[in-house]
Amino acid sequence: MISGNSGIRKTDVINRRMFIIGAAKVIIFTGIIARLFSLQVNENKKYLTLSDKNRIREWKLPPIRGDIVDYFGNVIAGNLKVYQLHIIPEQVENFNYLLTRLKTLLNLSDKKIEKIVKSKNKLKPWESIIVSENLSWSDFLKINNYLYDLVGVKPVMTISRNYPFSETYTHILGYVSQPNEEEILANETVQERFVPGMKIGKLGLEKTLENYLIGTNAIQRYEVNAYGKRINQLEHQKGKQGLRVRLTVDTEVQKACGKLLNDRAGSISVMDIYTGDIIAMYSSPSYDPNKFLFGISNDDWSLIRNNPLKPLVNKTLAGLYSPGSTIKPIVALSALENKIVSPSFKVKCTGKMELYGQTFHCWKEKGHGFVSLKNAMKQSCDTYFYEVARLLGVDRLNVTAEKFGLGKKVLGDYFDFEKSGLFPNTKWKKNNLGKGWVLGETLITGIGQGYTQTTPLQLCLMTAQIANGGYSIKPRIIVDNNAVSFEEAKNKFEEGSSFSEEKKLFENPKNIKIVQEAMFSSTNELYGTSYKSRIDDPKYQFAGKTGTAQVKRISMRERELDLKIEQIPYKDRDHALFVAYGPYINPRYALSVIVEHGGSGSKTAAPIAKELFKLIIDRNDLRNKQKNFEEIEI
Amino acid sequence: MFQHDRLNNELTFWQKVKELDYILLISIFLLSILSLFVMYSTDGGEILFHTKSHFSKIVVFFPLMILIAFFNIRWWHNLSYLFYIAVILLLIYVSFFGIKSSGSRRWMDLYLFNLQPSELMKIAIILCLAKYYHRVKIENVNSVTSIMTVITIILIPIIMVLSQPDLGTSILIALSGLIVLWLGGVKIKYFIYSFIVFLISLPFVISFLKPYQKLRILTFLDPDRDPLGAGYQIIQSKIAIGSGGLEGKGFLKGTQSYLDFLPEKHTDFIFTLFSEEFGFIGSVGLLILYSIIIIRILRIGAISRSNFSRLFCFGFAFAIFIYIVVNLSMVLGLLPIVGSPLPIMSYGGSSMLATMIGFGIVLSAKINHKQMIA
Repeated sequence: MISGNSGIRKTDVINRRMFIIGAAKVIIFTGIIARLFSLQVNENKKYLTLSDKNRIREWKLPPIRGDIVDYFGNVIAGNLKVYQLHIIPEQVENFNYLLTRLKTLLNLSDKKIEKIVKSKNKLKPWESIIVSENLSWSDFLKINNYLYDLVGVKPVMTISRNYPFSETYTHILGYVSQPNEEEILANETVQERFVPGMKIGKLGLEKTLENYLIGTNAIQRYEVNAYGKRINQLEHQKGKQGLRVRLTVDTEVQKACGKLLNDRAGSISVMDIYTGDIIAMYSSPSYDPNKFLFGISNDDWSLIRNNPLKPLVNKTLAGLYSPGSTIKPIVALSALENKIVSPSFKVKCTGKMELYGQTFHCWKEKGHGFVSLKNAMKQSCDTYFYEVARLLGVDRLNVTAEKFGLGKKVLGDYFDFEKSGLFPNTKWKKNNLGKGWVLGETLITGIGQGYTQTTPLQLCLMTAQIANGGYSIKPRIIVDNNAVSFEEAKNKFEEGSSFSEEKKLFENPKNIKIVQEAMFSSTNELYGTSYKSRIDDPKYQFAGKTGTAQVKRISMRERELDLKIEQIPYKDRDHALFVAYGPYINPRYALSVIVEHGGSGSKTAAPIAKELFKLIIDRNDLRNKQKNFEEIEI
Repeated sequence: MFQHDRLNNELTFWQKVKELDYILLISIFLLSILSLFVMYSTDGGEILFHTKSHFSKIVVFFPLMILIAFFNIRWWHNLSYLFYIAVILLLIYVSFFGIKSSGSRRWMDLYLFNLQPSELMKIAIILCLAKYYHRVKIENVNSVTSIMTVITIILIPIIMVLSQPDLGTSILIALSGLIVLWLGGVKIKYFIYSFIVFLISLPFVISFLKPYQKLRILTFLDPDRDPLGAGYQIIQSKIAIGSGGLEGKGFLKGTQSYLDFLPEKHTDFIFTLFSEEFGFIGSVGLLILYSIIIIRILRIGAISRSNFSRLFCFGFAFAIFIYIVVNLSMVLGLLPIVGSPLPIMSYGGSSMLATMIGFGIVLSAKINHKQMIA
């Protein structure tokens, strides 16, 4: 039996001790509530984000590239609907079965199957594997018919790049294709927006303007469970198509260029002499960029790569040629500007010129007799220009030539493969070849042979700047917000005085006029080298200068043989060149034509210019109606 | 002694009904209803297995609690040792014939549900020790025999449960037992000494832990060590609770649980789901409900005439508190993960059975609070 006293004492102990842990309980509960508060109220945002990261998974869709259009708004690089076949690995029940089914349905090669398995191992299970990028309509139908049997397969309708004028613009636009890892890492924008199946510009403007054209991804947000299975779609955020880029080029002229060159190796450039707008820039032969979109076949690729006419080279920008006689307007101008010769200065051409025991031949064996500047230019007398160059010296010639754009890139950074060419001087030779300049080299430089190397576009720019009265223009191929209409430019040029010295490429406007007249006579007067290609109608009448660039030194024996072009092996034939501008009254356009190994400039290149001028000038009114600026900053 | 006979008279049925603690009863009822809603949410907003099973357990165990309440507290006093021995026998049975699941042998098949005797031990130990301290003279509490006796009473079940193995439950049994020792008047210095001994022996204890238990402790110290492996549960649990915010994501709208990011959401992590859907306000509300229950039990203990009732009520109130604290600390990342259910809320028959028996005895103590026990 418990004594009452003991019971009460015990109760006291129990109560006292209960009180102590009661206080501890309150403290502990407070601590727990504090912890709850810190998690749920203070750090709520952090955990909400984490929870969303858990449950929301984003699927980025390939962005839609911006269109590239010509000056008239015709799409020259657009987008086309294509049918594709994707596999979503996490939805596939039996991967091997699926692959064998697809193999028989679509006639896939073993290599392709291998590739699919490889990419399956590389991708996350919810990322789709692209089995076929460009499914034919009949294959697409077939897949849809058997879809019940192909668990995890997703037929997709998507958008792909398309070049409607196929080979016409290849050398300007380049093409797009699947990037490799290096290419993705090289461009931050691409890296950020990359999704499997996306294509990026590999060459040309498609590459240079990647960040403008690329567009933003459409984003699909799905709620997924802990195992990554999609539960429902939360939102579809539309992507923005890339920027539309308008070029200065005219598809009709560009197409005509291709037709006129007719797969011969060569190049044609056409330029507005006031605005510097490039109307056409064609390098031949070309190839179809559409073939690269879904991976080019080995056969097609080797056909392009092994073509001796080098379709992969953009000859307009990266082809280096001796300018030949097309340099003569610059030589004449330089001599006039430096007051070495006057228009009435005459040289007697005997068909050759002796210097220190070396013979320098004129193209005309019998010689031209006494020739003035105008006649020398008209008949392209080499002896006259040997003499003028000798009197002028290469360094002074170099100054003029570089002023007019030789030896410098024309389009700046738009084409990374553009070459700057070379116009030599004594210093250059000393620094680069370590040898002193020889007078004989001055002579051949005077007729556009020797060290001089020019791109067709440089020759075109040179001609344009002679045609506009001797003012520097900045060539452009993209219509930007830099709105200078040709009238404005023309008026300014005609006033002349308002220009800084930098833009004015001459000392005396009369000198330009003399050269222009000489070029006119070369095309439009009897005995002119391009007289046969003249157009009498003043609307189309143009002035030009032929050029025939030697590819190798002509031996005495060959000189005596005087072979016809067909009798010379292709590789040894001369390049045919022609530069021109027109219409002669109120000129507007300049062009350069080069046909590799085409023989003489007057026979091969000048007739092309004749055809082209008709078209270009006929389209002039149409062109003037288009606005010449775009709200785009590039 | 005769003066007490008046008080020891049996009450009539209606007197008993009148004497029930209705605030406690309503709180328990509300908690049961709430647990059903939460269970419904874990089933993804459908009445599926867990909801049905939880409902049927409430339907059986809630009346059982009231039934227990209507027996005189003396009954339970008299049965205390027997109950303790019975549960020990069940533990022995389980260790030989129990159902093995995920590496431990804890359950016995009772046809209707699987009984986990270690859960019942949480109540049995309090009952047994309450009776012991009720009977022992205050002068003898700190005698060697007495201390040795109670240590034996506590150690036997702990060793058995540890060997199942079930660390969580054995810790809870130990804590439940120790609190009665404390209330019974065991000297404070003994607690301090044994705490020091515990700390010193901790490294040895850890070396005896199973690899998965060691991993849990390491994970607790740094959950980001292995976010998809051992740390996954605790990280996902914190994300769920944290993302609930002040007001919660709304009933049935907890994305973490709905999308299966939460592990063991029916049982040990039920609070995580609740907290994600009902937010800070809901969580504090739940804690208030639990606090009301605990305070009511403490009050019943305080008004009880017999030290047995007093010891049991105080001990049981503390045990409930410990269950809640251990469970919440675990899901909030304050303690390593040890299996410990949240009373009534968590899915699990044995835990609910034990808790309801405890509530029943508390209610019986309330009805008979004027009664002395010899």
